[in-house]
Amino acid sequence: MKVKKLINPFLQSAEAGAFLAVIILGIVLTTASPQFLTVSNLTFVARGFSFIAIASLGVGLVIITGGIDLSVGSIMGLSGVIAAFLSSHGFGTVLSLSGALLVGVIMGFLNGILVAKAKLAPFIVTLGMLSIGRGLVYVVTGGWPMQGLTKPILFLGQGFFLGLPLPVWIMIVLLIIMQIILRYTAFGWYVYSIGGNDEATRLSGVFVDRIKIGVYVISGFFASIGGIVLTARLGVGETTAGNGYELNVIAALVLGGVSLSGGMGSAVSALFGAALMGILRNGLVLLGVSSFWQQISIGTVIILAALFDQIRLKYSK
Amino acid sequence: MGIEPLLKLKGIEKSFAAKVLDNVSFEIEPGEIVALLGENGAGKSTLMKIISGIYTADVGHISFENSTLILKGPKHAQKFGINIIHQELNIVKNRTVAQNIYLGREPKMSGFLGKLGFVNYRLMKSDTEKALALVNARQIDPNQQARLLTTAQLQLVEIARALSMDSKIILMDEPTSSLTEDQSDILIELIKKLKSDGIAVVFTTHRILEAFGIADRFVILRDGKLVSDVPAKSATYENVIEWMVGRPIQNLYPKTKVAIGPEVLRVEALSGGINKKSDFTVYKGEILGFGGLVGAGRSELMYLLLGVNRKKSGSIFLYDDEIRIKNINDAIRLGIGFVPEDRKNQSLILGQSVRFNVALAGLKQLFKKGLFISNNTIDRTTSEYIKKLSIRLHSSKQAVRSLSGGNQQKVVLAKWLLLQPSVLILDEPTRGVDVGAKAEIYQLLGELVSKGITIILISSDLPELIGLSDRIVVMSEGRIVKVLEQEEATPHQVMYYAGLNEKTAEVVNERNLQP
Repeated sequence: MKVKKLINPFLQSAEAGAFLAVIILGIVLTTASPQFLTVSNLTFVARGFSFIAIASLGVGLVIITGGIDLSVGSIMGLSGVIAAFLSSHGFGTVLSLSGALLVGVIMGFLNGILVAKAKLAPFIVTLGMLSIGRGLVYVVTGGWPMQGLTKPILFLGQGFFLGLPLPVWIMIVLLIIMQIILRYTAFGWYVYSIGGNDEATRLSGVFVDRIKIGVYVISGFFASIGGIVLTARLGVGETTAGNGYELNVIAALVLGGVSLSGGMGSAVSALFGAALMGILRNGLVLLGVSSFWQQISIGTVIILAALFDQIRLKYSK
Repeated sequence: MGIEPLLKLKGIEKSFAAKVLDNVSFEIEPGEIVALLGENGAGKSTLMKIISGIYTADVGHISFENSTLILKGPKHAQKFGINIIHQELNIVKNRTVAQNIYLGREPKMSGFLGKLGFVNYRLMKSDTEKALALVNARQIDPNQQARLLTTAQLQLVEIARALSMDSKIILMDEPTSSLTEDQSDILIELIKKLKSDGIAVVFTTHRILEAFGIADRFVILRDGKLVSDVPAKSATYENVIEWMVGRPIQNLYPKTKVAIGPEVLRVEALSGGINKKSDFTVYKGEILGFGGLVGAGRSELMYLLLGVNRKKSGSIFLYDDEIRIKNINDAIRLGIGFVPEDRKNQSLILGQSVRFNVALAGLKQLFKKGLFISNNTIDRTTSEYIKKLSIRLHSSKQAVRSLSGGNQQKVVLAKWLLLQPSVLILDEPTRGVDVGAKAEIYQLLGELVSKGITIILISSDLPELIGLSDRIVVMSEGRIVKVLEQEEATPHQVMYYAGLNEKTAEVVNERNLQP
């Protein structure tokens, strides 16, 4: 009985699994490796997963409405090289950043229009956009890494503020903004509502199509931010930057307890999920596990998380 | 007593939560056409499912060709030649006609290849052609994909499938409900042909006059009991309706007399979809009922009015001013609320809390302060309406899914009432709601009209419709066929006009079947 009372609140909330896993993993790694629980290690781990976490915040919104966005990896890559391209052509920091962000917004908008108005399946639309985005990366760069990011842009990826890397700060700020949007704005309510029941939301007088377009735009925008920060961290516009990140993003969200069938999840889910993957990867490196086995471990954890979620739903009923 | 009955049912009983069938006995002779009639929920479908082996009776005895029949499932029933055709056709749309007809029993090739599971397509095609010929549908190509066929053609394919299994009895649940007049005629001809081949047909229909044209016998159920089993020749339309709806109307309807005020909403020549040129007017303080059969176009008419579906033509006037409604948001802003028919799919976000659902429609108008929503205001308003409508729950954070049907419906009502609409459109508001909550909802509707709200009520529950409405608009096949005043509205009258269409109206005149 007592155990059940203790466990119940965890069973009720979707983020609980990931949170619990982060704690347990933390304890295990602290005992297993002296390097784990050090400020410098944790700082770098946090910076390592911040790019995924930032993109997850946007995709999370899409998934809560019952959609999916596979194009974020490509949008990250494209935004990064656009920023580098504009910088290297002397456009300056503000214009370079604006241009890169605009690309993400436009691609998100196209996704949204095709899903909401043309009623195409989100999976297909964003799969197409994934390919288009990556193709544009090669068109812009000609296949070569792009040099020439301005100093302030490089600072976004490599700088520190109050001891924390700037990407981590950006992640925290965006997390707070997203959490506020989801909890305290009508838009946020509608996001959950559409994921729960599209038709009932429409019949309640909500412009469902506009909200859907909105979430894809936000997803594209956040992916852009993640891509710019990632590129800045790398120092050059790499053609392969963000390649395959869409799967990491979705995995992070699932680990964080966002239901792929929509209607459930939170901004915090995205953070915990991304953190869990980052810590797991770091732990495996510290323990000297080969990178081949890292892949296998992460895959296993994702499946275990989904299994845990099923069990949680069964018991919380 | 010439012919031996093919199938005998004796004392069939079946309960789910409540008793659905109670001591039902009747017989079917070879080559007989039986119309199984009754209101929604009378137990027709359950009975058909028992005969076809989908359900087993709790109590009772079935014999087939003079020996006891205990069915293990629909496949087992097919072995005896008993086939059912459901209202929702059982067709795999992306497979061909032949593949559908032989689904699960594909003819195999001879020899070793057949053992491996290879299908003999040539044989399947020629057998399909034979089966289609039996239903006079030679024009259907066995290799055509099923999704390219019309509903009527699919129905023929289903019957062909039943015939290809050497049917002795074919059960059809509402076979004509989605067919046009001409298509129904073809089906009726086919049923007569089956009869001449010695195949018995049992069918249900809401179009009672249609049953007069085909059936040999009427078996009528009411509240799970068999109330009548008569040869069609000896029955009149009036009898049949009386048997179907004959239950006494309880005084559930506390009709507070409200003085009818000035005109509130007027609809002129509204057309679109299946709806043709509908006019009606509602007055302040009035409950305007809409009666008719399922599929008569009542909900669809409201969708046109509310901008959910696009109207083709027609005008809408609110307080004598013409209004333009492009989508439901416009309707809501003008003070029109809408409680749709399907609570689970059209009204509620089941996984979300009561307060979430209650606040959803009013979020923009009532609960937004600048950029953010005011959770305090939402909490206050939600608890106010939970109390007002006496919604029974532990907490307003509780998921709507966990509430009973009646309380769920009250959540939907709360969602609209807090917007203080001047017109409230309710589509089947008490479907799936228990009697207690029903009475509360009726009470509430009475209070609303006395506060000056105008109500449009669509209901297929005749006692409810008649008990609550000041006037009843009866619809049939997308048209308004009659507006009944409260004094003249009886179940007979409503059913009578609901069953009318151009064709059956002639039958009425010929046989002098005035209600």
